[in-house]
Amino acid sequence: MTRVGYVMGAATYGLAILLYGGPQASAQVKIGSVLSVTGPASFLGDPEKRTLEMLVDEINAKGGVNGQKLQLVVYDDGGDANNARTFATRLIEDDKIAAMVGGTTTGSTLAMIPAFEEAQIPLISLAGAIQIVEPVRKWVFKTPHTDKMACEKIFVDLKRRGLTTIALISGTDAFGKSMRDQCVAVAPKAGITIAHEETYGPRDSDMTPQLTNIRNKAGVQAMVNPGFGQGPAIVTRNYRQLAFTVPLYQSHGVASKQFIELAGAAAEGVRLPAAALLVADKLADNDPQKSVVVNYTRAYQQKTGQPVSTFGGHAYDGLQILAQAMQRAKSADKAKVRDEIEKTKGYVGTGGIVNMSPTDHMGLDLSAFRMLEIKNGDWTLVPDPAS
Amino acid sequence: MAEVLQFFFSGLTVGAVYALVALGFTLIYNASDVINFAQGEFVMLGGMSTVFLASAGIPIPLAALLAVVLTIAVGLALHRFAIEPARGASAVVLIMITIGASIFLRGAAQIVFDKRFHSLPPLFGIEPLRLGGAAVLPQSVVVLAGAALIVVLLWVFIDRTLIGKAVLATAANRLAARLVGIDTRRIVGLSFAVSAAIGAVAGILITPITLTSYDVGTLLALKGFAAAMLGGIGSALGAVIGGLLLGMLEAFSAGYVSSKYKEAVAFVVILAVLLAMPQGLLGRGKVERV
Repeated sequence: MTRVGYVMGAATYGLAILLYGGPQASAQVKIGSVLSVTGPASFLGDPEKRTLEMLVDEINAKGGVNGQKLQLVVYDDGGDANNARTFATRLIEDDKIAAMVGGTTTGSTLAMIPAFEEAQIPLISLAGAIQIVEPVRKWVFKTPHTDKMACEKIFVDLKRRGLTTIALISGTDAFGKSMRDQCVAVAPKAGITIAHEETYGPRDSDMTPQLTNIRNKAGVQAMVNPGFGQGPAIVTRNYRQLAFTVPLYQSHGVASKQFIELAGAAAEGVRLPAAALLVADKLADNDPQKSVVVNYTRAYQQKTGQPVSTFGGHAYDGLQILAQAMQRAKSADKAKVRDEIEKTKGYVGTGGIVNMSPTDHMGLDLSAFRMLEIKNGDWTLVPDPAS
Repeated sequence: MAEVLQFFFSGLTVGAVYALVALGFTLIYNASDVINFAQGEFVMLGGMSTVFLASAGIPIPLAALLAVVLTIAVGLALHRFAIEPARGASAVVLIMITIGASIFLRGAAQIVFDKRFHSLPPLFGIEPLRLGGAAVLPQSVVVLAGAALIVVLLWVFIDRTLIGKAVLATAANRLAARLVGIDTRRIVGLSFAVSAAIGAVAGILITPITLTSYDVGTLLALKGFAAAMLGGIGSALGAVIGGLLLGMLEAFSAGYVSSKYKEAVAFVVILAVLLAMPQGLLGRGKVERV
């Protein structure tokens, strides 16, 4: 039985591939994605998934890419890098995807990179950390701006106001720590002196001791707060409570309406760098990003009934860059698509204008960030003559 | 000098928050020897329900009242469906049940409410009071006054009412209490209800300062528990003193030592105190009679 059974089995298997696997594979291009749709990073992964699904439908409605429909395969890693690694293998070996958009978090992306490098499949990550594209890896790209750029943007604005000596107060969570390190690293190059540093725990409810120390430090001309979550709102309230006279800068980590709600009147006059997407309706009509961000915002809100977030925007940019590269490559061939992604020039996305190169797999410059000031409980754009 | 005062008031603010949470541990421990680790979730429920009821258009005072009632209902349910069925079990098992309940409540809050941070408007505005060069938020004073009021009410309840005496009797010896006709099940249930109410009131009072979210209870429970241990678990006054001390320790070490190590400094001091006085500052030693 064994020999006959084996042959029969193989024949059935071959028949099954012919009947089901074969035709499907030729008509569609499979795009893989591993996102943190649930778990602690769900506020990132959820809008990313909704955006990808929306955009794939949109592209397919227009006839797909090179006459082939896109098929999206999304797995949810729940914010766990180990799961992400498992799903990466499944996408490569079972789903046989042509390209990948994802990794929601830095941890998940870094866990998946070796698998994609080995399989030679292009990967466009949606995670923040600069380590993903520095050093440059042949098959790995990313769309979101980095913490380092946020620091640089703040420092440029400080210099323009003639402020060069600052104090840092940062959260001890992952975001606060990472951005604090980047700020410290780029400060000397930007001509900024960090005269004093304080930290607070992610759950602290009163930062007045730290702020009192900063206030007592002579020569501090401004205060920068790299942080995420509710900490920056409390820092802002305490800053007002202690009647500070130097300006306060928050980070892109709190660039949401929620921050203004939580900090209340204390947020007046606070500045922070943020993506253009957040202030879509306030951009000048001749702004190159205006139409992209307004259209994406409208489509997303219509489809999901939820306010737009920059994270969904990263997914939008990732898939658009990939689809356009496939269009230019006139095929879904992995190596050709990779080369075309690297040649992306002047792509106007929600996160900024992307110009990739063999040495830059993100392709954004400081113009991706807008400097905002909170006035009367709303964002206003700070005029930016530099860029 | 002004900075010492500012650190002092910061410690007072944070300490009052810890004190309110620590108070919640006291009553259930007194009645049943159980340390209720879901106490932090009572605090969360008080704050979050008020926020969501208020955003549904209910005036804040009424929303706060409803939130307290709701939290009491959850406290009673916790006792009826989780603690009561396991009544023969040892204190350790019961404590584990409360940890499970805390995880369950946090998960449920994520779904029923949401995962974002929320705030409530403070009672007397945000304009700080200036005291000798230091700035104090009026809400800090409200929290302190609330803690003081709860201590007094608890004392009156335990020492001056018959039901309070029944709680004490239940704590001292459950079998003997039953023999003299005290319904110990009711008494333990009652202690859960009152603790839930204290937690909910705490959550409502502190939300304008600390902000709230579905998972705010975890750290508050930890700090409140540390405060209760420091003050001597089971003593209401000790809970308040422990809370204020813990807040002071954190504020002064953040101000004078390093903001990175403020929690480490605070907990090292607590360890030292507990080594010297294992019953805590105001705890009564348990005398075993043979």
